[in-house]
Amino acid sequence: MERRHRSFAAGYWCVRSSLALAAVLALASLAHAEEALKVDSGDTAWMLTSSALVLMMTAPGLALFYGGLVRSKNVLGLLMQSFVMVALISIQWVLWGYSLAFGPDHGHVMGGLEWLGLRGVGLEPSAYAATIPHQAFMIYQCMFAIITPALITGAFAERMKFSAFLLFSLLWATLVYDPLAHMVWGKGGLLGTVFGALDFAGGTVVHISSGTSALVCAVVLGKRLGYGSEPMPPHNMPFVLTGAALLWVGWFGFNAGSALAANALATSAFVATNTATAAASLSWMFAEWLGRGKPTILGAASGAVAGLVAITPASGFVAPMPALVIGAVAGVLCYGACNLKTVLGWYDDALDVVGVHGVGGSWGALATGLWASAQVNPGAFKAGGGSAVSEGLLISGQWGLFGCQVVAVLLTYVLAVVGSLLCLAITGVVVGGLRVSEDDEFAGLDLSQHSESAYVFAGGSYSAHSALGARPAEQRSAMD
Amino acid sequence: MKKVEAIIKPFKLDEVKESLSAIGVQGITVSEVKGFGRQKGHTELYRGAEYVVDFLPKVKLEIIVREEQVADVVETIEKAAKTGRIGDGKIFVLPIDEVVRIRTGERGGDAI
Repeated sequence: MERRHRSFAAGYWCVRSSLALAAVLALASLAHAEEALKVDSGDTAWMLTSSALVLMMTAPGLALFYGGLVRSKNVLGLLMQSFVMVALISIQWVLWGYSLAFGPDHGHVMGGLEWLGLRGVGLEPSAYAATIPHQAFMIYQCMFAIITPALITGAFAERMKFSAFLLFSLLWATLVYDPLAHMVWGKGGLLGTVFGALDFAGGTVVHISSGTSALVCAVVLGKRLGYGSEPMPPHNMPFVLTGAALLWVGWFGFNAGSALAANALATSAFVATNTATAAASLSWMFAEWLGRGKPTILGAASGAVAGLVAITPASGFVAPMPALVIGAVAGVLCYGACNLKTVLGWYDDALDVVGVHGVGGSWGALATGLWASAQVNPGAFKAGGGSAVSEGLLISGQWGLFGCQVVAVLLTYVLAVVGSLLCLAITGVVVGGLRVSEDDEFAGLDLSQHSESAYVFAGGSYSAHSALGARPAEQRSAMD
Repeated sequence: MKKVEAIIKPFKLDEVKESLSAIGVQGITVSEVKGFGRQKGHTELYRGAEYVVDFLPKVKLEIIVREEQVADVVETIEKAAKTGRIGDGKIFVLPIDEVVRIRTGERGGDAI
């Protein structure tokens, strides 16, 4: 948009001065600008597909991953939180979220209200992506805004009021996510444009922010009743694995889609993502096998998610071999973090959002500062017209980028802690307490918050499994 | 009249049911239950949190029989349900005061 306006202005000035040559030049530059901002059908197809893939990560991906991890009395509560998040943030995003995050810059911290209600966000390409309609970029970013607060629900799982969850999520999306997205990805943002920190698909914006806020929520809400004394095993591991697999698939939209075009960079990000995820799944599995004697399904699934998280900020800047290392380290690191939480017992981050997203995201953001390479993505660095001051420490031997990454991580911690505390405080006052009553917590969120049960066909508590006394149908008719 | 109650290993259910049908038992009530005896439970591991599961799944059979059938039924279950390893289960025999067939109103032995 910006470039085209400039061309129009140039054309106007030239015609006024009646210089034929200048007019021709102006027309030529106008034609050039039109060409550069032409919607590309291939890129648009990929970005719309990626948007749908990222939507799939929240519902059903994350919904099933989290739903399976809780006890059966809370599964609907968790499914509901992910699903409703899609609806809630979709509306927040088109009304004011997109404008706050990506609208014209104000003080490098926040977008303005100029694009409220998507005013001026049309079907022509924008300054953010030259070959796809502005609305395609907007809806793609919408899916990121949805999944980020949905990730936090794992921390306060099984004990937060639904009304408190709704208000907290809306406030958090507005006061934490939107400014952070602006600072990292918005034009003129503090971390991306000014500092030159790199975050390809949301290591700081999505994972460190949700992981840190998860810690705040877990501490402020307190532990679940019976935490540490009652067993709270996952109630449906097939849900968990299905959810993790959907996350893995959807994440290609998340990372490869962040190239904002169907091109070589998208391919590179796709390969890096898959490599890191596979490495992390194996490293967590083997770490657990060595440490605790058994390779678990939950370990393999959690490892994959940890790898996806860690490679997210790096995916568009690193080659496949650094991606493998990033993933392998992420699996072991996050495994250790989750175990440490259990051993220490200081806080009840129910579904390990801190251990996986906070720790994995921080590692990924720092690892970007180690292995980011201009060979993979020349446009990201100063030499290629980008904002990053140097390549990664282990590629170039220069500390510049790594320092920026450290600053970005720390600033994200601060923003997430302060912002989450504020959102929780407001929510607590407005809704009248964040937690459900003890009776409601004992009964479960499904019944107490939604008046529904997940498994109505299962008569008793133990009769949900097995085809007891079943036999092949033809044998039945022979005996009758 | 007696009630024979048997707690057996779930995978033995078919074998026991076939053997009981073969000696003329007309009806069985089956439930899935959990419990423990001498057989040890198992541990489960979720992201480093280890749980000991003491209660093991078993199947409970309830069969109402006439006095003269009791020995036969008990012996049949014992034979069919046996693996020789810990956890094969137990058989209980209890007295029954009355039986009513709801559809016809029959009482006692006729109702079995």
